[in-house]
Amino acid sequence: MVTALAVIRLRDLFAVIMLFGIYSLLSASLFVVLDAVDVAFTEASVGAGIATVFMLGTLALTKSREKIPAAHKQVLPLLAVLGTGAVLIYGTSDIPYYGDPSNPIHHHVAPRYLEGSATEIGVPNVVSAVLASYRGYDTLGETTVVFTAAIGVLVLIGGARRPHSEESPRSDPKQELMKQYSILRLITKLLLPLILLFALYVQFHGDFGPGGGFQAGVIFAAGFVLYALVYGLDQARQIMPPWLLRIGISLGVLIYAGVGVAGILLGGAFLDYGVLDPHDPMHGQHLGIFLVELGVGITVSAVMISIFYAFAGRGR
Amino acid sequence: MTEHLPALQVVIPLMAAPLCALLRPGRIAWMLAMTACTLCLLIAALLLERVLAEGVISYAMGNWPAPWGIEYRIDTVNAYMLLLVTMIGAVVMAFARPTLEQRAHLSKRKQPWFYTTYLLCLTGLLGMIITGDAFNVFVFLEISSLSSYVLISIGRDRRALTAAYQYLIMGTIGATFILIGIGFLYVMTGTLNMLDLAARLPAVADTRTVRAAFAFLTIGISLKLALFPLHLWLPNAYAYAPSAVTAFLAATATKVAIYVMLRFFFTIFGAQFSFETMGLDAILLPLALAGIFSASVVAIFQTNVKRMLAYSSVAQIGYMILGISLVSVTGLTATISHLFNHALMKGTLFMALGCVSYQIGAVRLDRLAGIGRTMPWTMGAFVIGGLSLIGVPLTAGFVSKWLLILGALERGWWPVALLVLLTSLLAVIYIWRVVEVAYFRPAPEDRKIGEAPLVLLIPTWTLALANLYFGLDTSLNAGVARLAAQSLLGVTQ
Repeated sequence: MVTALAVIRLRDLFAVIMLFGIYSLLSASLFVVLDAVDVAFTEASVGAGIATVFMLGTLALTKSREKIPAAHKQVLPLLAVLGTGAVLIYGTSDIPYYGDPSNPIHHHVAPRYLEGSATEIGVPNVVSAVLASYRGYDTLGETTVVFTAAIGVLVLIGGARRPHSEESPRSDPKQELMKQYSILRLITKLLLPLILLFALYVQFHGDFGPGGGFQAGVIFAAGFVLYALVYGLDQARQIMPPWLLRIGISLGVLIYAGVGVAGILLGGAFLDYGVLDPHDPMHGQHLGIFLVELGVGITVSAVMISIFYAFAGRGR
Repeated sequence: MTEHLPALQVVIPLMAAPLCALLRPGRIAWMLAMTACTLCLLIAALLLERVLAEGVISYAMGNWPAPWGIEYRIDTVNAYMLLLVTMIGAVVMAFARPTLEQRAHLSKRKQPWFYTTYLLCLTGLLGMIITGDAFNVFVFLEISSLSSYVLISIGRDRRALTAAYQYLIMGTIGATFILIGIGFLYVMTGTLNMLDLAARLPAVADTRTVRAAFAFLTIGISLKLALFPLHLWLPNAYAYAPSAVTAFLAATATKVAIYVMLRFFFTIFGAQFSFETMGLDAILLPLALAGIFSASVVAIFQTNVKRMLAYSSVAQIGYMILGISLVSVTGLTATISHLFNHALMKGTLFMALGCVSYQIGAVRLDRLAGIGRTMPWTMGAFVIGGLSLIGVPLTAGFVSKWLLILGALERGWWPVALLVLLTSLLAVIYIWRVVEVAYFRPAPEDRKIGEAPLVLLIPTWTLALANLYFGLDTSLNAGVARLAAQSLLGVTQ
């Protein structure tokens, strides 16, 4: 956690962002040590991956040196932080030991998740079963949070359309420079299909191994962002036009909620996947999880790419 | 289909929101949003009726039984809250369209996104109210918070951006604290379902972890509901947001946070733990009184009328917290009743101000000179809202003030009762300042302004008349509120 301290002391924001990336990667390793592979996956792809890109995007719009704020009252925030830390330590001192089999969390709802997900849902990855089915409604909420964030960014900074940039495809000096890095361009071309393929693998293999719509969406978007960085925003826009993204943002949420409504129409409860296939509830669960994960993946990747467009488009 | 009403209550706005984002032009998106809001209001009315007739409704999401899956659990308290939020949601949605379209307040391209964000905010608030699952509260809290930051900063006023940023920082700290609290509770009990938590907590109540969870939840929720002295984000956010947004958020957002506080303190931790073991009332009472007093005084010195009303909101939140700190059926009834009444009066006042700024483009006190005569209907609504805010008999505001004073006297706290009366006088002062300028100061000669258009006056007056109606017929805002208070305290008649 030395990185966290360094982040506070440093004034060079570029270094700060890099340290943030390292911090996320370290946390991800910590999660792996704690056996939370899915969480680690998310932390690595979101925290160390796409968030770093966004912060760099912000940096491109502003300056990379932090203004030293006028020394205002720093006692109160310090006290608040110290107080919070003290209460946290106080609170954790009574927490049951990690890995102790007698912990309440292992005895109440978890056993059914562990034993039931094989027979009730038929999905080997318990995390996916809990996320998409047992507590699928929370995941719908989280997808909506991502959707809200995208709408917010679009409203606040993606709003103003610059007509001149569409009329005259002027050659960006940075872009010209980029063209000379042929190795970078070649490697990007080679990597891109692999990244996208990996994203699809994570998307559709989430039932069996770690992964799912969130991580897949982020990886997919990251591949695209890489392409846009190297080949320029205009070319990326031709492949993935903003109007398509805008549909994608909404479509994912609609697919997810639509599966829920289908549950009602077929005589079950909201988000009851069992009724999707009247003959074989387990197959219905599979189908439901597949569809909602697809919805999550579509929304997340569309949201990430739109946010990137919004930032990158503003810098010019 | 009726058994699915609990799910539809939240899913309808949730699905309407992404659809709105796809629709062009803004007017069609508005029609969809308006339909969704109206449907929500209908569903909420049906749900309240069913809860009153048949008792608690439980709905298992995905058909997974309660502690494993997420449960929607509707009792008197949240059925009442659902009705409140959907009612304000529908009325303000009707009010919002003209204020956005006027003078291109919002560019054509952004209008559908406004409705989307508004619906998302409504979804978040309804989801927080209706759910019986502690983590689900957090998820929907995130939806409503994120969308309200966007709503505040969506207008043309650049100062709103800083205000929204301030709110974002404070709100995020609050949400994180709430999440830590819920996490601690989960570690100690292994469950997230509210009823299940309530059943399993007493066994582990005497641990530091549970006490820390209680502290984190208290501070986190207090930030969201703008309890004095954690209210600093509120005045700027309300003052610089677009009128319709201020009317909607002022009437709903803090109220839902207070509802969440009630849920955690009374349903999950139980009144005995919250107030006898942790002594929460000893903290809430002084903060409530200090908040009422200081915010009322600050309100008197404001020149921006919207900001003045925002400070008045902080004071009104103090009254609600005061009711909680009484820990009695009457006190809680006063709180729950004031949630409703305050939504009515602040909705009316902010919408009347919205009409004013629609016509003259400003809400600074000196610009309001003489508009009592040029905009009689608008200012009429403002006066009704103001009377209700003061707590004049025959208005809704009187009902809750009366209950609050009764509750204080019941406990023998007559200084508190006296202070409630005294601070109502402060409300008289700040409302009177507006009335004086609007009615008794001559309008500038050169200004030609008329009454606000009917599309704005109808929603405004709907709420204004509701203030009068619920001042006379108190079966909902006192009767149902009492039932709700009894169910929270676990008292049976």
